[in-house]
Amino acid sequence: MSRAPFARRLLTVAGVDRLGAYLVLRVEDPDGPQPEPGQFAMLAAEERWGGGEGERPYLPRAFSVARQRGGEAHFLLEDVGPGSRRLCELGTGERLWTLGPLGRGFTAPPSGRRAILVGGGVGIAPLAILQDRLQEEATVLLGFRDGARAEGAALLEQARVATDDGSRGHHGLVTDLLAQEVERDPLAVVYACGPAPMLEGVRAMCAASSVPAQLALEAGMACGFGACFGCVVPCRGGGYLRICVDGPVIDAAELDHVDAHAGAPA
Amino acid sequence: MSVSFCGLELAHPILNGSGTFDAIAANKAFADDLRDAFPFAAYVSKTITLEPRAGNPPPRLWEAAAGLINSIGLPNKGLQGYLAEDLPQLAGLTTVREPGAEPQTVPLITNVMGSTAHEFSALVEACETREEIAALELNVSCPNVKTGLDIGADPLQLEQLVRAVRPLTRKPLIIKLTPNTADVAACAQGAQEGGADAVSLINTLRAMSLTPVDPSGPAGGRAWLGGRTGGLSGPAIRAVALAQVAAVAARVAVPVIGMGGVQSGAHARELLDVGATLVAVGTESFRDPAAGARIARELGDPARGEAAPSEESAR
Ligand SMILES: Cc1cc2nc3c(=O)[nH]c(=O)nc-3n(C[C@H](O)[C@H](O)[C@H](O)COP(=O)(O)OP(=O)(O)OC[C@H]3O[C@@H](n4cnc5c(N)ncnc54)[C@H](O)[C@@H]3O)c2cc1C
Ligand SMILES: Cc1cc2nc3c(=O)[nH]c(=O)nc-3n(C[C@H](O)[C@H](O)[C@H](O)COP(=O)(O)O)c2cc1C
Ligand code: FES
Repeated sequence: MSRAPFARRLLTVAGVDRLGAYLVLRVEDPDGPQPEPGQFAMLAAEERWGGGEGERPYLPRAFSVARQRGGEAHFLLEDVGPGSRRLCELGTGERLWTLGPLGRGFTAPPSGRRAILVGGGVGIAPLAILQDRLQEEATVLLGFRDGARAEGAALLEQARVATDDGSRGHHGLVTDLLAQEVERDPLAVVYACGPAPMLEGVRAMCAASSVPAQLALEAGMACGFGACFGCVVPCRGGGYLRICVDGPVIDAAELDHVDAHAGAPA
Repeated sequence: MSVSFCGLELAHPILNGSGTFDAIAANKAFADDLRDAFPFAAYVSKTITLEPRAGNPPPRLWEAAAGLINSIGLPNKGLQGYLAEDLPQLAGLTTVREPGAEPQTVPLITNVMGSTAHEFSALVEACETREEIAALELNVSCPNVKTGLDIGADPLQLEQLVRAVRPLTRKPLIIKLTPNTADVAACAQGAQEGGADAVSLINTLRAMSLTPVDPSGPAGGRAWLGGRTGGLSGPAIRAVALAQVAAVAARVAVPVIGMGGVQSGAHARELLDVGATLVAVGTESFRDPAAGARIARELGDPARGEAAPSEESAR
């Protein structure tokens, strides 16, 4: 596990690229620790973000590291509310506070076993850095609501796409594609991140066919480092896990179900 | 900047608010070893209860205007788990006031809550036997089963509670007052009459939020938080905290720990100016984990104001 320095760092935006309905925020970070796939950072714009006078956003927001290369950290953004909108407004040369890398990431598959990456919507972000780091070729299955969002698939290589509205690829759910793959190769290992219903579909399918699955969960977070106990999901055997320190990547076997609040923005 | 408080010598006047900094989790999450560069001059545990508690169902958080509403529900390992597993890991924290200065011990303050005087007594008696614990803080924001009011909301009831536990410990006894009461200064006085060595305030203000139907549309009419209501903290409550701390400090002779929405040395200075001896930082640590150390620095050297970003990022 790569660990964050005990201080927020003020980093500079190197550039912003449009990717259909999403933005890729590229941040200069030549000296930061190397994140592991699945780890995240807490982000807040330097200006017009809390501080007592503004209303929301006030707390930093969690974002998966989508990529780290060439001295830059990349984040995939979707405008779903005041915090993500403010980050989407950032331009080259502006600065943002970052705290990270935080949390536990994905564990590589045992050698010889195929990785199947399953992403939904903006939840595809941590799968990009995972694909970058995997030694062997992985199968990539991505689901999106519509065609504009499906352009996000370009973040990964050789992705098969499903869309809810049929505008691109398979007309239906990404879990339909996963069902075929799991049937073909029951020795595969599944890595998933996306909205809660998708993650629950992946969990149930993998449990039924005894395929190991690692799920990158999301939840509203105030701190990102275990301080507030706000980001919990119910776990198998009762009690709760803190997504920020026990996750965000959690072995599906630790869950009886994926909580309705524990997924990426739908 | 060092300050004495109930016989404890602290490196500076800034400590954490209970339940807002998990030293054990933070030490795992960060690469720096926090055990010898702890951001606070004293460490307050989150609230410990007799039996383990899982806490409230999610969602537990809601971001309000310049604030946070939480319904965490006091998850903790229970008294035995805390004493056996957590306390040994927390003992020996130290802090460095200035670069190059001698490290100074971080006293541990254990925050406990019971739903009856009997439960409080059991908690206090068990903590009394542990020398790692420097002081006790009683969280009296627990609702009375019969009246539904917080135990600490009634001055007389609070005085009786403190009187009952006072003889059970020689350690400094701090009462964390509830702000959800008609007259917080009267409650502080009740705590003092009962034998408290200090009072701390403010705890979170009872608050609520409704489920958004659509982020841009109207609210859905159902409670959002798993615990239905929660507690408001952060800058949104700073002005309330200032008024309550001022009222309490004017009424009681015992030292006061002030908190509520502190984000900077200037905010801490305001609470000290109205009579607080120490200042606790809660929600601000969520935005900046090193906030405690930064605020202590700003307090020691007001000319430096808000931490220079370059300096902070250079760490
Ligand atoms: C580990 C992790 C990784 C993530 N990675 C990414 C990523 O790579 N890319 C990405 O785009 N997003 C990612 N997210 C999600 C991202 O953090 C959220 O979309 C963001 O925090 C939303 O903030 P906002 O202010 O834009 O919207 P908000 O309005 O705060 O949030 C939108 C949703 O949160 C709820 N909500 C609404 N109002 C409030 C309120 N006042 N308080 C609390 N909740 C409210 C509602 O369900 C609403 O639909 C990740 C989250 C986690 C935990
Ligand atoms: C997430 C969260 C958890 C808290 N848990 C506790 C707790 O366990 N016991 C307690 O006495 N106070 C608890 N508090 C209250 C704080 O210690 C503090 O009194 C309050 O948040 C006001 O300070 P702030 O505005 O600086 O956060 C909690 C506050 C927050 C935000
Ligand atoms: S976000 Fe605060 S504990 Fe996880």
